[in-house]
Amino acid sequence: MAVSPKERIAMPVAGRPPLDVERIRQDFPVLRVLQRGRPIAYLDNAATSQKPQQVIDAIYRYYSEQNANVHRGVHYLSQQATDLYEQARSKVAKFVGTTVGCEIVFTRGTTESINLVAHSYGRQHVKSGDEILISHMEHHSNIVPWQMLCEQTGAHLKVIPINDDGELLLDEFEKLLTPRTKIVSIVHVSNALGTINPVKYIVDKAHAAGAVVVVDGAQATPHLPVTVKELGCDFYALSGHKMYGPTGIGVLYGRAELLERMQPFQGGGDMILSVTFEKTTYNHHPFRFEAGTPHIEGAIGLGAAIDYLHAVGIEKIAAHEHDLLEYGTQRLLEVDGLRLIGTARVKAGVLGFTLASAHPHDVGQILDDQGVAVRAGHHCAQPVMQRFGVPATTRASFGMYNTREEIDRMVDGLHEVNRIFG
Amino acid sequence: MSETRALYEQVILDHNKNPRNFRDMKDATKHVEGFNPLCGDHFTVYVKLDGNTISDVAFKGSGCAISKASASVMTTELKGKTREEAQAVFKRFHLMVTSPVDETVDEDALGKLQVFSGVREYPVRIKCATLAWHALMAALENKQELVTTEEQ
Ligand SMILES: Cc1ncc(COP(=O)(O)O)c(C=O)c1O
Repeated sequence: MAVSPKERIAMPVAGRPPLDVERIRQDFPVLRVLQRGRPIAYLDNAATSQKPQQVIDAIYRYYSEQNANVHRGVHYLSQQATDLYEQARSKVAKFVGTTVGCEIVFTRGTTESINLVAHSYGRQHVKSGDEILISHMEHHSNIVPWQMLCEQTGAHLKVIPINDDGELLLDEFEKLLTPRTKIVSIVHVSNALGTINPVKYIVDKAHAAGAVVVVDGAQATPHLPVTVKELGCDFYALSGHKMYGPTGIGVLYGRAELLERMQPFQGGGDMILSVTFEKTTYNHHPFRFEAGTPHIEGAIGLGAAIDYLHAVGIEKIAAHEHDLLEYGTQRLLEVDGLRLIGTARVKAGVLGFTLASAHPHDVGQILDDQGVAVRAGHHCAQPVMQRFGVPATTRASFGMYNTREEIDRMVDGLHEVNRIFG
Repeated sequence: MSETRALYEQVILDHNKNPRNFRDMKDATKHVEGFNPLCGDHFTVYVKLDGNTISDVAFKGSGCAISKASASVMTTELKGKTREEAQAVFKRFHLMVTSPVDETVDEDALGKLQVFSGVREYPVRIKCATLAWHALMAALENKQELVTTEEQ
């Protein structure tokens, strides 16, 4: 007898208690939006995730009951807003696995976090002839800031190649590591390929060679447990909006010894201790890197998102998404002319693919007509597209609320694409 | 399916599958590349001018069905036209794809080009439908050799 999609969802994954997806879906109001009478199958989580009511409520509560500027008022509301903002910092610290709150800098997102490192650490430590090592699977935000730094300093950008499955060639990485390598900046989970990189291994090798390691964690924190102190990395960047939090807020974790000695990123209020026209003394980290009024509600919303992730359980989420990945991979391979782009052995819930019959743009359009939201394009990773010889891919990426039934809807849509374009 | 069916008219599907004048041209008077950096659509449009008349027009490259079919239909519609006639056709075409969805399409003036009226419902696809056209217009005006959708 055929198993209905509902029953399949309920099947436990390898002995673990399953995630109660139906219950979780209740928390996300966007999932109730109808597109031409049907709920949207939101499979574009790598671009941004939806937000649970708990996050929306935290922001609403902040503006309706707690709003004031932080770090500057003696009054009740300011104290409260400051407490909430700093509590959010502590939540982030615990979430990424450090006990030191001052190692957490709030930024606008991963992009700004990486730019901060390139600007404040890079310009101080990178000189002409030095090398910066990235990989072929980086998001543009982990390429361009380093190119800019190279232009400013006369350093050289080196690229770790990847194989046809979208895995780093670690032998090549070791060959590229030299005494000239000052920074290794690597994506934890690739947004275009889904590859989960062996960050700890890379950190150990890079440290042995005397380089610091920056990790782009934008796609990692929503999907797997991250402990920076275990990874041993020097910097770790993440974006709130990809982990069920608001847009415009992100984090840079930096080891205290490094942050302590780094120059500011921007100048202004909050990042100073004292200012005269002759001399300004900078505040200590993390405040030295948070010039101006911060994104207070964003930080509070991110704190609420972290509470939510803890309540659901990041391990459970990872297991659920892994189940979706396996199921989705197997179902996609049934589709005529489908080529998966990104087949690493260790992978997160990202399925990038091309269809022989149609361009990704057209695929995305037909799927949209079925109420299935996927991304079509180069995913801000043009070198990945070049590596695989495709102009673009269609990408489905999973979040904790996705179901096998939604994957079935996508696969039905792909068969429809083949019918139309075949 | 009805709505995307309307976008992907049979004529479009046919031109996508069997694009006309899909070749390069060694003796072209001018060629211009059209590039959409957002989705990677990339075509080169070749034109041969005989005095003021387009004696041959062709294209190569890759892109979505809308951009490819639009380039293909363009070549069939404009071959033999004068420069000014071609510019007038482009003007009508551009006006149609950017007009409000509920506006009726002047079928007589547009002829085969009316199959692209469906893109009006999908604003992001207007750039696909006009990419090769912009490249050809640049070629006719003897302008730069690369046009991108992000500078229009
Ligand atoms: C792997 C990766 N790095 C960096 C970024 C940039 O993140 P943001 O746009 O939030 O700064 C993204 C988001 O698209 C990403 O997927």
